[in-house]
Amino acid sequence: MSRLAQGGLIDRTRQLPFTFDGETMLGLAGDTLASALLAKGRHLVGRSFKYHRPRGIMTAGSEEPNALVTIRRGNHAIPNLRATTQELYRALDARSQNRFPSLDFDLLAVNDLLSPFFGAGFYYKTFMWPRSFWDRVYEPFIRRAAGLGRLGLEPDDRLHDKGFAHCDLLVIGGGPAGLIAALAAGRAGLDVILADEDFLFGGRLNAERIDLDDQPGNEWAAAIVAELRAMENIRLMGRTTVTGAYDGGIYGAVQRVADHLPAAPADVPEQIFWRINARHAILATGAIEQPIIFPGNDRPGVMMAGAVRSYLNRFAVAAGRSVAVFANNDTGHRTARDLLAAGVEVAAVIDTRPDATPQGDYPLLSGAQVIATSGRLGLREITVQTGSGRQRLRADCLAVAGVWAPALHLSCHLGARPVWRDDINAFVPADGAVPGMRAAGAVAGLRTTRDALKSGLAVAREVIAEHGRKAPRIRLPHCSDGPVECAPFWYVTAGKGRAWVDFQNDVTAKDIAQAHRENFRASEHLKRYTTLGMAPDQGKTANMAALAIMAGLDGRSIPEVGTTSFRPPYVPVSMAALGAQGAGRGFAPERLMPSDALARKRGAVFVELGLWQRPAWYPRPGETSWRQSCDREARMVRETVGICDMTTLGKIDVQGRDAAEFLDRIYVNNIATLAVGRTRYGVMLREDGFVMDDGTVARLGKRHFLLTSTTGAHDQVWRHLTFCAQVLWPDLDVQPSDVTEAWAQFAAAGPKARDLLHRLTQADISNDSMPFMSWREVKIGKITARLFRISYSGELGFELAVPAQYGPSLAEALEESARAEGGDWFGLEALNVLRLEKGFLTHAEIDGRVTLDDLGLGRMMAARDCIGKVMADRPALRAPDRMQLVGLKPAGASKQLLGGAHLFNPGDPVDREHDQGVITSQCFSPHLGHPIALALLRGGRGRIGEQILMHDHLRGVETLCAVCTPVFLDPEGGRMRG
Amino acid sequence: MKLACPLCGARDIREFHYQGAASLADRPDPGAPEARQEFLDYVYMRDNPAGENRELWFHAHGCGAWLVATRDVTTHEFLSVRLATDKEPTT
Ligand SMILES: [Zn+2]
Repeated sequence: MSRLAQGGLIDRTRQLPFTFDGETMLGLAGDTLASALLAKGRHLVGRSFKYHRPRGIMTAGSEEPNALVTIRRGNHAIPNLRATTQELYRALDARSQNRFPSLDFDLLAVNDLLSPFFGAGFYYKTFMWPRSFWDRVYEPFIRRAAGLGRLGLEPDDRLHDKGFAHCDLLVIGGGPAGLIAALAAGRAGLDVILADEDFLFGGRLNAERIDLDDQPGNEWAAAIVAELRAMENIRLMGRTTVTGAYDGGIYGAVQRVADHLPAAPADVPEQIFWRINARHAILATGAIEQPIIFPGNDRPGVMMAGAVRSYLNRFAVAAGRSVAVFANNDTGHRTARDLLAAGVEVAAVIDTRPDATPQGDYPLLSGAQVIATSGRLGLREITVQTGSGRQRLRADCLAVAGVWAPALHLSCHLGARPVWRDDINAFVPADGAVPGMRAAGAVAGLRTTRDALKSGLAVAREVIAEHGRKAPRIRLPHCSDGPVECAPFWYVTAGKGRAWVDFQNDVTAKDIAQAHRENFRASEHLKRYTTLGMAPDQGKTANMAALAIMAGLDGRSIPEVGTTSFRPPYVPVSMAALGAQGAGRGFAPERLMPSDALARKRGAVFVELGLWQRPAWYPRPGETSWRQSCDREARMVRETVGICDMTTLGKIDVQGRDAAEFLDRIYVNNIATLAVGRTRYGVMLREDGFVMDDGTVARLGKRHFLLTSTTGAHDQVWRHLTFCAQVLWPDLDVQPSDVTEAWAQFAAAGPKARDLLHRLTQADISNDSMPFMSWREVKIGKITARLFRISYSGELGFELAVPAQYGPSLAEALEESARAEGGDWFGLEALNVLRLEKGFLTHAEIDGRVTLDDLGLGRMMAARDCIGKVMADRPALRAPDRMQLVGLKPAGASKQLLGGAHLFNPGDPVDREHDQGVITSQCFSPHLGHPIALALLRGGRGRIGEQILMHDHLRGVETLCAVCTPVFLDPEGGRMRG
Repeated sequence: MKLACPLCGARDIREFHYQGAASLADRPDPGAPEARQEFLDYVYMRDNPAGENRELWFHAHGCGAWLVATRDVTTHEFLSVRLATDKEPTT
């Protein structure tokens, strides 16, 4: 047992059973998984990424490179959790990773013996040759051996959520600087969020034996937290890591709501990914202790000294029975004193500084270095080089006290580089690195509690002043810790064996030397060549020593080598949290048509059209394939009548004195000449001369028009019209309004369409009073509706529009009337057949690369200017061999026409150079009894009557086709005019 | 990122559609002798400043106003925003 008899911020009355690799143990409430394991004397918790080296707990925070575990089971398993931050809960089920079959005996540790072959750059060198080995040998091998943790393959059904928060001030980190800043801002009345990734606020105050005004630091912190909790204008967000800083004062944060519970309560998300909008932020993230690099430093039992103190003081756990300390600064001595005070044996303090003097009752080796370690699966002995020779010391834990590097990662997220400070051997955040963010405390380079408090208060005062508030008077407590002297000693050169720098990616000092030899000397090159700092921990405990080693190799200073930049997220964030609420129906909003409920009742099969949910067909009993339903619906329209919900069409209302002039400038054809009561087909171009969209224009009044746009192009058309009205021609008196959702609109098409409408309205809709391409208002009961005589099917057709709230009831009335005439609903598939038989266009044809002339509509172009006219007149856009719209019919044994298939001259090779065009749309025509297609064919209009070969490389189909005009049915249009 | 719409106030950038350089507001005279060349420049050619850029933004998921904004593209800071229908400031 290495749990101390007293002390610590744990609840000794609440024992929590948990399992690690199947072994059941007892921990205490307030433990992390790491502290509970160490309390059982367990250092070895994982195997390393590349060499499967046995690895132990190294830190006590989110910077942990080694102690990665998987918790929970099946589709709820979460891999790669850091045992050092995972709160213990009852029946926590944790497993070590990257070992096979077990932690103590790992077969892939053979990689370690092969390490000469796996050194730096091995990805780039080893796998280059022979080329053919990549697919079959190298890649599968890497896939099996690499990677940390395993994801379940079943869908994760747990709830995650997104959160949005706004505040005056976001304080990142709840240590002394963050607490005092939040207190000041809170008392000044600011709206404050205080976020800390720990489940206990207080930062290092919980881990050190520091008194603030005769009060233990953790009690002082608890008192402040209690006051903050009582303030309504302060939100305390524990278990919340701020993961990224973004433009405009936006921060990403992940809150672990239920990771510390056996299971999330109903309706409570596991995690919430927050988007925090903060006018100001205070970065009070503290600092991360950096290891001193020496041979054999990855043996389980070698830990950071700050972590040893955390386990000792916060969790009442002695990390070893006999602890040695290896230090380049005074905190090593603090560690020894804390251990002695708790009754733990200190084997020795090995201080690299020759002039170090003892600060307590322990053996001190000044000017000494650790040059080797030994012990199978755990530390037993260290070898120390002193001025007078070598000596061996027995120790089962080695606490390494190195330089504390500011945790400045967030300050780099907008691209700023940190600034080097020689006096503290560390980079600090650059001023103004993130607009609105100020650094305070250890991250700003301050080294005592008193200075951290002072700086927290000072930056809080600046923020308070910028908000025009008065800063409260706060007396700072006296703090018992003094200044820390630190030598810039980073790595040991004596000794043999590998010295590990990046533990998570298994990069050694030797790898860095190799990178240097091969001239990958800049920090960014070093990183990519050795993979240093590229593991999920982003080198939080590796980058500094690596820079120092590189600097030492050619006599440069650390800032001359450079620094690597940091990018979000600060800690790994699960995809489930990032994509919260984005799966299934949360993926995109759904737009429902007025007839949606009716169609679902009828068992319609739906298809997504943009965000719209549209019925594709309405199956009837006995129909076993979509084609049967589609053919029946298409025939029904040609023979009797069909109804279709057309509400998805874009509808734009244009009013104003200059509305006609405005539309003349938008459409290629004349609109001003359109009479009131009439509608016209219109085409608009983009300014580059290509077709943007087509639709109908109805003139509702002298200064009032209604346009339709294609469902999928509506956003673009709407943006275009407002752009023209507001940006190009603000002097025109015109007001476009998007009324798409204000109107429900239904098509009735077929020989009996008029009879159907007679059942709903008394209005005279005869061919004389309401000819093709006219519109009028009609009464449907008491409702005033707009009736348009337009047709997208080539049949006698009407479209009936009512204010949207009447849509569902009109749908029912239409259904009843249609059935009385022997008709019914038809879906998008039948609509596609009907329009294809007539050669009407969709955006399969208007694909952004076609001109008016390509579509055979060149004669529509009016003489005056319109958007796109000048550019459409470019010679290349009028070339005779452009892709032009034609129809295709099968002309050989194969009848298959496939959308997207390419066209070739019969006898030519079927390759890219000989490509003649592409099929844009195709369907089976029930009226012709064979497939038909629209295609864009090189010089197509001059090739009517010729034969062309369709070759589908993807599906391996070849069909000889006859080129024809793109109208397959009723070319004179008699049916729709009748 | 936020953009301060003169009609709606500071709103999340995702409410806006970015159209491109504000030079798109200066459509050439289609009747000019060199109209085709001028349109080629107008449609395809853009300055690429590392610094202040005048841009068109559309408040698509807001009031529907077109805005002319000046933005420092190296910092994403908006230096000024006005309605496209308002006249250029004379100063
Ligand atoms: Zn707006």
